[in-house]
Amino acid sequence: MSEVVYSIRDLVVEYQTRAGSMRAVDGVSLDIRRGEILGLVGESGCGKSTLGKAMMRMLSRNARIAKGELIFDGRDLVKASDEEMRQIRGGRIGMVFQDPMTSLNPTQRIIDHITETIQTHRPDATDEEARERAAFLVERLGIRKDRLDDYPHQLSGGMRQRVMIALALALDCDLVIADEPTTSLDVIVEAKFLDLLKELRDEFNLTIMMITHNIGVVAEVADRVAVMYAGEMVEVGDVYSVFEKPSHPYTEGLLKSVPNIAIDDEELYQMAGGPPNLMHPPTGCRFNPRCPYAMDICSREVPPRFEAHGDGGFAACWLRDPVRKEARDA
Amino acid sequence: MPEVNERPLVQAIGLTKHFPVRGGLLSSLLRREEQVARAVDGVSFDIRRGSVFGLVGESGSGKSTTARLVLRLIEPTAGQVIFDGVDMGTLKPAAMRSLRSRMQIVFQDPMASLNPRMTIGAAIEHPARIHMPDLTPKQRRERVIEMLEAVQLSPGRQYYDKYPHQISGGQRQRVVIARALVTNPDLIVADEPVAMADVSVRALLLELMMKLKEQFDLTYLFITHDLATAKYVCDDIAIMYLGKIVEQGPLRSVFREPSHPYTRALLDAVPVPDPKHRRNRPMPAGEIPSALNPPSGCRFHPRCPIAATEVCPLVDPELRPVEGRPEHLAACHLRTGAYQHLDPER
Ligand SMILES: Nc1ncnc2c1ncn2[C@@H]1O[C@H](COP(=O)(O)OP(=O)(O)OP(=O)(O)O)[C@@H](O)[C@H]1O
Ligand SMILES: Nc1ncnc2c1ncn2[C@@H]1O[C@H](COP(=O)(O)OP(=O)(O)OP(=O)(O)O)[C@@H](O)[C@H]1O
Ligand SMILES: [Mg+2]
Ligand SMILES: [Mg+2]
Repeated sequence: MSEVVYSIRDLVVEYQTRAGSMRAVDGVSLDIRRGEILGLVGESGCGKSTLGKAMMRMLSRNARIAKGELIFDGRDLVKASDEEMRQIRGGRIGMVFQDPMTSLNPTQRIIDHITETIQTHRPDATDEEARERAAFLVERLGIRKDRLDDYPHQLSGGMRQRVMIALALALDCDLVIADEPTTSLDVIVEAKFLDLLKELRDEFNLTIMMITHNIGVVAEVADRVAVMYAGEMVEVGDVYSVFEKPSHPYTEGLLKSVPNIAIDDEELYQMAGGPPNLMHPPTGCRFNPRCPYAMDICSREVPPRFEAHGDGGFAACWLRDPVRKEARDA
Repeated sequence: MPEVNERPLVQAIGLTKHFPVRGGLLSSLLRREEQVARAVDGVSFDIRRGSVFGLVGESGSGKSTTARLVLRLIEPTAGQVIFDGVDMGTLKPAAMRSLRSRMQIVFQDPMASLNPRMTIGAAIEHPARIHMPDLTPKQRRERVIEMLEAVQLSPGRQYYDKYPHQISGGQRQRVVIARALVTNPDLIVADEPVAMADVSVRALLLELMMKLKEQFDLTYLFITHDLATAKYVCDDIAIMYLGKIVEQGPLRSVFREPSHPYTRALLDAVPVPDPKHRRNRPMPAGEIPSALNPPSGCRFHPRCPIAATEVCPLVDPELRPVEGRPEHLAACHLRTGAYQHLDPER
């Protein structure tokens, strides 16, 4: 099996709010492997961004990691000091957000931003070296070198995304966490950005965790897919296998409700209900109130996790668990 | 089924909008001409009564500007909009006001179009107050409750006094739709109505909009940049690029046999939720040029994989029928024009 770059183990993240405390991530475990593109999907509010931010220890002030480990580079980042985290963020783990405007300084030229970031993390790099590396990568990503002298607002959204990726490459990051990187992009720009990610993965063995609610994007680029529902990881597996034969009824419903331009259907499937209130999640399987196959046990007991899709994949469901299914059928 | 009224509800004829843009300090010092953004540049289409007409295109292609021209929220630089046989450009303000009640708009972000300090009931009632002065307060309230229930916020009474922040995003968009329906309009212009919604909410909203269309005899101008969504709702579709329509026709015809190279690229680019259908065709080079300085000839030529130097950079192509189908038009010299012999794919 390939090398694990980052291992999330039984992670619990809580938010304190006026109405009480809420677990936005509840017992999530996930390994990210070197050289893969992992797609993390799920409905709005299921905890995807919270998980991504926890991985970089960039949670908001009212959040805390209540439990679990974040194993990166042989240590637990939950216990890492703020100084260590500053080195890791941007230096070892790159970040690409929906709107890179927020992570770029509007008064700084692109070239200065890149060289400064390179020098923060690689203090021995000379100005010359940093600039050359920046220019090489930015051109490699299809932006003309002279655009490096522009300010962020002078670039299009797609170009700003590429600048963020160039930064991660310049620093040789072990992992890039991209949270909804294509949401504000037009389809053609999005398609080009996805092509670029695939090329970079192949060429530099870049590891990418792609957080998105766009199932089509995941189908297009991901090697594996992880599905979250109401703070929990309900299914993980090889992208071909999960799309071909989803094991969890939530994954099944989610995939069916996505508009598909390539097939000749006329109506969209509608999943019943909406996501639960995380302040008071349903007992048993959190999906049970919306599940078309729910059984008695589903509302009473937490579903078992079973192997699915081979290669370390799994799903958590009473109905589909092969062991209990045999017992029930017997 | 024979059409009762064959006349299109909306006819846009050569609609054009050029926005003046202030040049930089340098150009004003040099007393250069004032620049214009060619947001919409000679767009014509018919919206059939009772149909859903989709306007798709990338950001900045001119979709919202076209919508605002159709509603006459802005004056066109040139061209006309004929609404139910009436040229809107010739109307006096009073006649215009009464026509306004027959057309409503729904925007992308329901939070931005609702006043956070106004109850949902009051928000929906507002257009009724303006356009339906004959109703008594009691009748108005009943009408609002009826609309709430039509958009499946029921019992309507329970929602009447709530504030926007007390309901979910999907419910808010339904309130905006209810508000659009209250004056009993003929035309709803929906500008990216489901762009902010999650997949599951999106499916529900689209189905609701289609149901309301039947129930209230509506016609939709449906704007979206998402071709996959368009597939489920539109009868006819027009593809915009840099202020022009490059292809238009019945949705199925355009999707099955896209003729313009830009339409093909757009359709190819849509990610398909099935890893077995990964795209292998390359995307067009470069980015969309600025509306301040659109390319000469065919505006797509600098990015077009089949552009021919003999004609594409020189002559602006007209919309012409695709393979003799009068209802499916494309503007491409090599596909529908006089230069089909130059098409490398022929
Ligand atoms: N700073 C915060 N304080 C309190 N609650 C928060 C905070 N940030 C997020 N939440 C809540 O935590 C839950 C998970 O939010 P998160 O942003 O991780 O979801 P997401 O899956 O990324 O959703 P989206 O697809 O909309 O980006 C939601 O219920 C959200 O309202
Ligand atoms: N008031 C204005 N003044 C100057 N230029 C404008 C104005 N409104 C729109 N434009 C320009 O006109 C062009 C078309 O804009 P429009 O908003 O119609 O595009 P759109 O297709 O709706 O894009 P989006 O998908 O981003 O909403 C753009 O280049 C835009 O910058
Ligand atoms: Mg998020
Ligand atoms: Mg718009």
